[in-house]
Amino acid sequence: MPKRDASDNSPLVALTDVAKRFGAVAALNDVNLEIHAGECLGLVGHNGAGKSTLVSVINGALPASSGRVEFPASATNDALAAGVRSVFQELSLCPNLSLAENLRIAHADLRGWGWRRRAGVEIGQSLDALFPGHGIAVDAQVETLSIAQRQMVEIAIRFAPLGGTPKLLILDEPTSSLDAGISSQLLDAITRFCDQGGAIIFISHMLGEIFRVANRILVMKDGHIVADEAARHFTRQGLVDVMGHVATEPETSQEQIHRELGETVIAQDGLEARRGEIVGLSGLAGHGQAEALAKLYLDATSTWRNIGSPRMVFIAGDRKRDGVLPLWSILNNMSLSLLAATARWGLVDHKSERRTGDEWKRRIGIRTETLSNPILSLSGGNQQKALFARALASRAPLVIMDDPMRGVDVGTKQDVYALVRAEAAKGRTFLWYSTETEEMCQCDRVFVYRNGLISAELSGDELTEARVLEASFEMQEPVA
Amino acid sequence: MNIFSRYRILLPIASLALLMAVTFYVQPRTLSYFGLNLLFNLAVPIALATVAQMLIIMVNDIDLGIGAFVSLTACVTATFLEHSTATGTAIMVALIAAYALMGAMIHVLALPAIVVTLGMSFVWGGLALFLLPSPGGASPPWLREIMTVKPPLIPMALVAACLIAGVTHWLIARSGIGTVLRGMGGNADAVRRAGWPLVRLKALAYGLAGLFGVLAGMALVGLTTSADANIALRYTLLSIAGVILGGGEFIGGKVSPVGAVIGALTLALAASFLSFMRLSPDWQIGAQGAILIAVLAARLLFNRRDGARR
Repeated sequence: MPKRDASDNSPLVALTDVAKRFGAVAALNDVNLEIHAGECLGLVGHNGAGKSTLVSVINGALPASSGRVEFPASATNDALAAGVRSVFQELSLCPNLSLAENLRIAHADLRGWGWRRRAGVEIGQSLDALFPGHGIAVDAQVETLSIAQRQMVEIAIRFAPLGGTPKLLILDEPTSSLDAGISSQLLDAITRFCDQGGAIIFISHMLGEIFRVANRILVMKDGHIVADEAARHFTRQGLVDVMGHVATEPETSQEQIHRELGETVIAQDGLEARRGEIVGLSGLAGHGQAEALAKLYLDATSTWRNIGSPRMVFIAGDRKRDGVLPLWSILNNMSLSLLAATARWGLVDHKSERRTGDEWKRRIGIRTETLSNPILSLSGGNQQKALFARALASRAPLVIMDDPMRGVDVGTKQDVYALVRAEAAKGRTFLWYSTETEEMCQCDRVFVYRNGLISAELSGDELTEARVLEASFEMQEPVA
Repeated sequence: MNIFSRYRILLPIASLALLMAVTFYVQPRTLSYFGLNLLFNLAVPIALATVAQMLIIMVNDIDLGIGAFVSLTACVTATFLEHSTATGTAIMVALIAAYALMGAMIHVLALPAIVVTLGMSFVWGGLALFLLPSPGGASPPWLREIMTVKPPLIPMALVAACLIAGVTHWLIARSGIGTVLRGMGGNADAVRRAGWPLVRLKALAYGLAGLFGVLAGMALVGLTTSADANIALRYTLLSIAGVILGGGEFIGGKVSPVGAVIGALTLALAASFLSFMRLSPDWQIGAQGAILIAVLAARLLFNRRDGARR
């Protein structure tokens, strides 16, 4: 590991006016950042704040749209050569290989006779140093390991020398699948690494962990760095406040229609919804919201018999995977949910299909000349509108929405919010999972998920962005 | 954990052993130096083609053109290589390069390998027909000698099978670059993030497959002494079946070179066994398929039981 050298104080990595745009969407804006040896940088922010984009720009996975990314301390432009290593959220191990073989992939210079033994020694030593008593054999296939063990191996490979020295390690939610004891070992190792002159970027939603290891905290919101200060300047509550309240003025214009809520129509695993209610599912991405909705939907609709008019419909957020039928026309995509209900003698009723299609085109405002165009001729937002039309055109009283606003522009969002409120007023129930906390303010009641469980139920005046954020993050110190 | 799913090589070995035992029981005369050679010598080119297929399956692709390619290399062997070693070698090297190029193209243009290789199979087939419009040609004498050599105690076919298994095992399962190639099948993103150029790795996998395709064509001509443009068309499906029978999987970089060779031997033996059973040739293909399904079902059963326990 690098010796700390007081005379050479050039930063390991320096970002100057870096911006990253995906099409029209700016994921990063005006980022200026220097990281020096010995720093442990805690990086926090809500979903979509730009954390992952920032680390991808630093480790070279994404080129910056503008601005400069430099590695002054090692006088190179290549992140890998500068000793920048990343532990990714989605693991970058090959499940079909052993631990030693996986290390070989990361360490290209390891060759010649006996490389396998040397690789085994290297990974073994790294694991022993990080996680004493780990109990993982170096010749085990990765696919035979548990998720936590894989995460440990992934971390150990990045900490290993690999023919050089790791100088800056990026850890993106490294503890998400580790238990408290192992997490604690990792946090100790991070502190040791920084004391020896390495630098760390540590992303976690466990604020306790951030405060335990970080000596500097960077807060991101909407692609900007909104705070960058020594860790001792923050309190937990202060950190949550900085993450949540930027630029978005509280919406005062929101119409307060008081709807009559009917009887409870859904109650499963703590999730509850009444007739005419808009129920939100919130929390950080991947904490069990999508699974809860999928379970609910599949339990209710998976049957051999054709039930004609289904009890619930599903609006997909991941359009490509479970929404759009890419080879079909817009009309066919929209009318899918109606076919069974309107068919005559098992044949499609083209007239009523066309009539319903035109009606929904007008109501939801799909921008196209004719509904006979292929669905892929539409922009993403309009494709999503077609999916909304598919669901709402059915008579199902319950609508399940799995983060449907992903990649949808602001105008469309407003249209859809209005539509959802109008449909709810007619007595439809909505279950709405969204990664955007602002959208939760459209709901009557919000369930916040954390680690697959409901951590809070908010409604009425309690329902604020700050409360949702607070419930999404782990506030307690992990028990060691 | 089940012993069969922990050591995925055991099931192919068990299937081959079972089939051999039954064959020897039905036809005891095959249990001799001469009998074994006769049973297995046509398995040598199949084993080589299976290894070629395995190299492609290893990187999550599939090669529907290997049979036509082996036919083409057999035709080149029986014509150009027979006339002049230099010209023949040059053509073979060009064919291997073409295979590597095909792999690079599949990667760069993100084309489905199944379509590209199927399309190329018509190119290979056309070229083969161009070389040998009617069956003919001749084996180079040295090749004939290699393929009919009589080593002491163990017949050539089995020695060759062991040799192929050993070399490819070292190349794929033991060597560093083989590990990286298998890693590419397991998680290409991880390999790319570690700084490996994926396009070159893919070209390498395809180039190696081309090399084994060339060897398969040569071995085939060495045994049959002449070639024909359609001589090895059935190798496409045989090689795929051989890889799977040998414990390989279509995706995930899970392949076993030794298993692939054993799979090829099993398939070759299954054909002979069915002849010994005096099964009419009309039924043989179906019966071969039934054997294949039985082995795969056994594997699925072991894996599922293991999965349920986990």
